[in-house]
Amino acid sequence: MTDGREFTTMSGIPVNAVYGGDPLPGEFPYTRGIHPGMYRDRLWTMRMFAGFGTAEDTNRRFKELLQAGGTGLSTAFDMPTLMGNDSDDEWSIGEVGRAGVAIDTLDDMADLFAGIDLDRVSTSMTINGPAPILLAMYVAVAEANGVERARLSGTLQNDILKEYQAQKEYIFPPRPSVRLVSDVVRFTTTEMPLWNPISISGYHIREAGSTAAHELAFTLANGFAYVEAAMAAGLDVDAFAPRLSFFFNSHSDFFEEVGKFRAARRIWARWMRDRYGALDERSLKLRFHTQTAGVSLTAQQPEINIARVALQALAGVLGGTQSLHTDSHDEALALPTEDAARIALRTQQIVAHETGVTNVADPLGGSDYVEWMTDEMERRAEEVFAHLDDLGDGSILEGVYLGIDNGFFVGEIADAAYRFERQVNRGQRIVVGVNAHNDGDDHRSGLLRIDQDTEDLQLKRLAEVKQDRSDEAVDTALEQLVADASDPDVNLMPAIIDAVVARATEGEVVHALEGVFGTYVEEPVV
Amino acid sequence: MSAADRSPLRVVLAKLGLDGHDRGLKVVARILRDAGMEVVYLGLRQTTDTVVAAVEQEDADVVGISMHNAGHLVLAPRIVGALADAGLEVPVVIGGIVPDDDRLVLADAGVVGVLGPGASAEEVATCVRDAAASRGRG
Repeated sequence: MTDGREFTTMSGIPVNAVYGGDPLPGEFPYTRGIHPGMYRDRLWTMRMFAGFGTAEDTNRRFKELLQAGGTGLSTAFDMPTLMGNDSDDEWSIGEVGRAGVAIDTLDDMADLFAGIDLDRVSTSMTINGPAPILLAMYVAVAEANGVERARLSGTLQNDILKEYQAQKEYIFPPRPSVRLVSDVVRFTTTEMPLWNPISISGYHIREAGSTAAHELAFTLANGFAYVEAAMAAGLDVDAFAPRLSFFFNSHSDFFEEVGKFRAARRIWARWMRDRYGALDERSLKLRFHTQTAGVSLTAQQPEINIARVALQALAGVLGGTQSLHTDSHDEALALPTEDAARIALRTQQIVAHETGVTNVADPLGGSDYVEWMTDEMERRAEEVFAHLDDLGDGSILEGVYLGIDNGFFVGEIADAAYRFERQVNRGQRIVVGVNAHNDGDDHRSGLLRIDQDTEDLQLKRLAEVKQDRSDEAVDTALEQLVADASDPDVNLMPAIIDAVVARATEGEVVHALEGVFGTYVEEPVV
Repeated sequence: MSAADRSPLRVVLAKLGLDGHDRGLKVVARILRDAGMEVVYLGLRQTTDTVVAAVEQEDADVVGISMHNAGHLVLAPRIVGALADAGLEVPVVIGGIVPDDDRLVLADAGVVGVLGPGASAEEVATCVRDAAASRGRG
């Protein structure tokens, strides 16, 4: 971290790489950051989440974002894709390509990444229930383009537990779903060493309404659950833990967020070492992506969301994030326009290049308030871990399953969401533009619209693929998949890759697996 | 029927289609309960058929559908049409992310009220009461 480069303030005052004492950034338990030099050595990845319409539409947006200085890709899929439904499924009507990109077959995936060097760009895919299928398609597209799977870098969200707790994009029941998660972990551990097989996500838990402390606690508990599942599947903890990554929300209460990020690193390091026996330093270091809080954006006076996003982005950076998505100001109204997405990217570029906050690692460390907040976040999270450990009789994984079954997670989240709404409604909490300072321009122009043509185009595309493929080859591949799924010891990734290469659709693979695993239906609770 | 004859209002709440964003609908359910209404919460992944069946069975006064999937222009007219086809004159309120321009389209399609982000508890309860009143209930 002292390599002769000089870092100065805007006025020319030289500054050190870090201030304050033990433990330093890069030292256990990594409260202050996972690297000694933090952003001096490497800026965070500016990874903007994008996806809408057809694969061609999103491919164009990807290229624009890379052109504008984005350094990684992040794919948003439409609801049918997220739920494992083909575009021509009855359930998909009206939702094809609306809230993300529609992917039905390998051909769509090929279009999505056409002209993008997959060995040079890292790609994140926000997909959970059908995650193994989309990973299989990505691997097959790369290999068709001459890029070996071992050279692919990126992240699969593949975090199914938080779906039952918050985002609700589940397909199969929890236990077979966790088997699929573990299959992906086993597969990437041996075949895709640069790939992050799970992005353990608090983002959606927070968006669904949880407190910061519960976002932290539920997310890390889910992380422990995946560690236990992978270890139970026969993997050595240090073989896979270095590739686990996290994804947090950066909301509006600045110091609470910074405390949350710092506490997350400390908790993970301690638990991985002390409870799960990890020895590799990389297993102990919690790496995370951050997204600003979509739920904090207001439909009223949408331009002021730019200021909210900037402050939330700053909290993520001061919390030591490894990558960042900044929300677009129009996202309370629709998917972002190209202009709005560019402003959002520029916002984090301002934080990176103009504010000077990158010069010093963990610049808030040592503040009595920030250190107290960090301790408090950790204390509150530990209470939840103790509850789940107790529930699961010594297993966090079992505790999480039971907490899903008994409504613990959804109940806590819904209670917190309602408390927040009450506070806003009573004026105890100010939301600028909503319950105060609400005289202003609410004019909303230039929203991104996805029209019905998208759905029609995608249906035509899917029909063509089905026309051109060998149905016999598809049937054979799906029969093999069903046979493999019936044996819990067989890794399903190879059979899924074979199926998608034969042009089985996403929905066909899902239906085949549902025949073995069943379908999850939530008990509605208010 | 007057309010004295028939109260409280009974409201069926549902998410139509694949969209899983249920934070708003759950908050609305509690707001309506606090306002003295009876809430029949169907939850996620409902179809026009399941909503119509619930409305019929529960003798609902109002149907509230939450949508954050940008599918409202397709799905909202479908639910209005399905209720009409079943001979149920029950008003439909849509909540969620609905751009301004679409409000008129939804009104033309027979949607009685639209609640957007930031609506207060009073606005939510009033919207549902007005919807019921528009059909002579409440």
